[in-house]
Amino acid sequence: MSVVTLKIDNVDVAIEAGSTILQAAREAGIKIPTLCYLEGVSPVGACRLCLVEIKGSDRLHASCVTPVSEGMEVFTQTEKLKEYRKMLVELLFAEGNHICAFCVSNGNCELQDVAIEVGMDHTRFNYRFPERDVDLSHPLFGIDHNRCILCTRCVRVCAEIEGAHVWNVAFRGAAAKIISGLNQPWGEVSSCTSCGKCVEACPTGSIFRKGVTTAEMKKHPDYIEFLHTAREEHQWTR
Amino acid sequence: MEFSELQRIAAEYQAQRKPIRIRYCHAAGCQSCGSLAVAEALQREVSAQGLTEEVEVCPVGCMRLCGRGCLVDIQGKLYERVRPEDAPSLVASIKDDSITPTAPAGSYDHPFFAYQLPIVLENCGKINPEEIDEYIAVGGYQQLEKVLHSMTPQEVIREITISGLRGRGGAGYPTGLKWSTVAKMPKTPKYVVCNADEGDPGAFMDRSVLESDPHRVLEGMAIAAYAVGANQGYIYVRAEYPLAISRLQKAIQQAKRREILGSQIFGSTFDFKIDIRVGAGAFVCGEETALMASIEGKRGNPRPRPPYPAESGLWGCPTLINNVETFANVVPIIREGGEWFSGIGTATSKGTKVFALTGKVKNTGLIEVPMGTTLHRIVMEMGEGCADGKKVKAVQTGGPSGGCVPVEYFDTPVDYESLKSLGTIMGSGGMIVVDEDTNMVGLARYYMEFCRGETCGKCIPCRTGTVQLYQMLTKILSGEATEKDLESLRQLSALVKETSLCGLGQTAPNPVLSTLRFFEQEYKQLLKS
Amino acid sequence: MDKIRFATVWLAGCSGCHMSFLDLDELLFDLADAVEVVYSPVGSDIKTYPENVDICLVEGAVANEENLELALKVRRNTKFVVSFGDCAVLGNVPTLRNVLHGPDPVLRRCYVELSDYGGQIPNAPGIVPKLLDKVQPLHYYIDVDLYLPGCPPSADRIRDAIFPLLRGEKPVMEGREMLKFG
Repeated sequence: MSVVTLKIDNVDVAIEAGSTILQAAREAGIKIPTLCYLEGVSPVGACRLCLVEIKGSDRLHASCVTPVSEGMEVFTQTEKLKEYRKMLVELLFAEGNHICAFCVSNGNCELQDVAIEVGMDHTRFNYRFPERDVDLSHPLFGIDHNRCILCTRCVRVCAEIEGAHVWNVAFRGAAAKIISGLNQPWGEVSSCTSCGKCVEACPTGSIFRKGVTTAEMKKHPDYIEFLHTAREEHQWTR
Repeated sequence: MEFSELQRIAAEYQAQRKPIRIRYCHAAGCQSCGSLAVAEALQREVSAQGLTEEVEVCPVGCMRLCGRGCLVDIQGKLYERVRPEDAPSLVASIKDDSITPTAPAGSYDHPFFAYQLPIVLENCGKINPEEIDEYIAVGGYQQLEKVLHSMTPQEVIREITISGLRGRGGAGYPTGLKWSTVAKMPKTPKYVVCNADEGDPGAFMDRSVLESDPHRVLEGMAIAAYAVGANQGYIYVRAEYPLAISRLQKAIQQAKRREILGSQIFGSTFDFKIDIRVGAGAFVCGEETALMASIEGKRGNPRPRPPYPAESGLWGCPTLINNVETFANVVPIIREGGEWFSGIGTATSKGTKVFALTGKVKNTGLIEVPMGTTLHRIVMEMGEGCADGKKVKAVQTGGPSGGCVPVEYFDTPVDYESLKSLGTIMGSGGMIVVDEDTNMVGLARYYMEFCRGETCGKCIPCRTGTVQLYQMLTKILSGEATEKDLESLRQLSALVKETSLCGLGQTAPNPVLSTLRFFEQEYKQLLKS
Repeated sequence: MDKIRFATVWLAGCSGCHMSFLDLDELLFDLADAVEVVYSPVGSDIKTYPENVDICLVEGAVANEENLELALKVRRNTKFVVSFGDCAVLGNVPTLRNVLHGPDPVLRRCYVELSDYGGQIPNAPGIVPKLLDKVQPLHYYIDVDLYLPGCPPSADRIRDAIFPLLRGEKPVMEGREMLKFG
């Protein structure tokens, strides 16, 4: 295995070749905000929050899917990136019906955390107030589409770790929606093993355990990473 | 199947032809104005006038001046807007010069035709696309035979590289470079994919090529497959093109029967199969990574690149993906040589480009012109400006991913770089003419509405940004917006352009940015004071 | 020296932000030293919003015609408007009705379907303000100078936001303590 060295925000970093910029940044203690990224499942580069600038390129690159290369100079906190990240989070808030005040995940929500991280104090965009439903047909869990940001972490964790393929995305654009089975009520999808990995993977209060109330739903996305490491490397470390 | 066999088929086919041919267009455009009924009437008339021994009525592909269909050609004379009732006089005129057909006569000397240089379209409107022997009779599949027997894959790629051919799907990536990248990939199997998911509103270049000369595309794909080392090809074509699909199916069937597709083609060791994959109507599936996901049977979502398809495409294997028109350019390049091709066009854009000239233009239709032809020649001379005496205001190139070029810039030569410098793109070749009555803000909103409906929803900026941009444009059009809204429009356009995952989002704001650049006044006039 | 003319306004909200404001407790004395409260549901009996206000905290979203009228007046008569709490900043709970296509289903549910007998939708033009078609955050209608989120913002957050303002400084709205919604 070879090692490459690069500069991230003028900090020298050495890391295994084949790693991503995001991994290198995290190893160096440089924080890049993410939402769709989840350690343990494949990256999709969809939320665009982890975009970085690379010297010599006029494009922005999603750090979760861009491999490091020798001598690369990466900038993660330019004014442009900060402004774009803030706008992206504002767009998300305007898109769904995100009402922190009575959300099960209030205080333990990655969307909320990212909003703080990017310094969002309001959204400049008009709210869409979409009509979305809540599916409580599963005996243990529920999904509230009002809080969904379509990060597809549930889809990936169910397909890649549990192998049950309960979740998928249906429809296009603003109508895009996470569906269970063949767009059936979750409780009627026989392939669901009720393992609850999607609950842990969901960054917001969209997928939750029934019976919890405001601010009680604590998620453990690191559980997915634990499972992945255990399976791939036979290391049972928390 | 050998070369002599091709020649035998060609000779036999020629021998059975009748001396006088009435050609009628049976591509989708003319069919929609009733060309099948016209053909029936012509056939009936040929029988009635006792000419069946010497006259045949031949269906051919697109005859290009679509706006004046149905088009009929009798021994080099063009007739426009032909109706079934014109048949008696048309047929009678063959034998009797004194009879003037009731259908208006057209002229191939008209600038619309005179400035064209048909390379891709050389057989369009001349041969029956549903008959492989007719393609063989005009020299079809000879280049594939030549390549398999007398050229190495490297030589084929070198010829394509010398030609300077660039991808006709819009981005203009050098075709030779793409081919050689795929050829050099060690992994097998490899795939060749033809992108026929033409989805821009107003674009019909690829459809016309597929409907008019499908074998040309198959031959180009087979040559490409030989060059890169692939044995399986896919044509991804949208379901909205039923006629193109049925002609492709027929063409593949006939090529298989003639043993031109299949195993040990022309007695060589080269095997190649082509299958059709029909898209389900998503514009985003024209984006190559989404297209491949769709072929694999998955949801047609794009994914980040790299890895590019050349390295990891269909099922993770090296995949060559080119557009219909790119593949259609291969045969003439092999036949005439790369040098010949590179002598046409401009310094950086070689060859010709097919455009679908449409919108508020007098002569609507399909044109093929050398790269570097000015917009003035295309719109004002070939298209003859607007139909109803109105002034031409601009032309939109590249559809919802492109931008507009105002009439003041019509001396711009059409090539990849010139259009880019004007903030638009070549795109796949849609050219929509806009007249003085068209509100450019409304035009921008039309395209944004299109993108808003077609974004796949995977990445945030494209999914949510197009919705917000559409709302902002609606607000401006309703007269409720202020200077501040215009600023937000610019900011959000920049965000969507710079942060979206795939080409759809990255180009979705182009019509807004382009109309803002050239027609800012129209936006300002709509603002609340 | 003239005291800062200070106001607080309550639009479509639950008054929780005002309660949190009162949780400033002993700091209210410091505030009272620095400002003259010219309008406030919890600190003044004046019924009409005055002119020449220096700082105004606006709680609540804009849900009815009266909210809108008052919001516009606040903007006209105030130098520095603070969007105070999640309802003003984000719309929050009052916007829940927005997915129901207009105010009618809400009114029908409240006043007709759930009434014990003879339910009717209140209709007194000029007295009962009409509900707007959609509830919107404050900045949808007027320019806002500072956003102070929270449901409610804690007394500490209110302190850290408004005391700099009294000194003529702009507070630093950064980090979890100052920005967390909910």
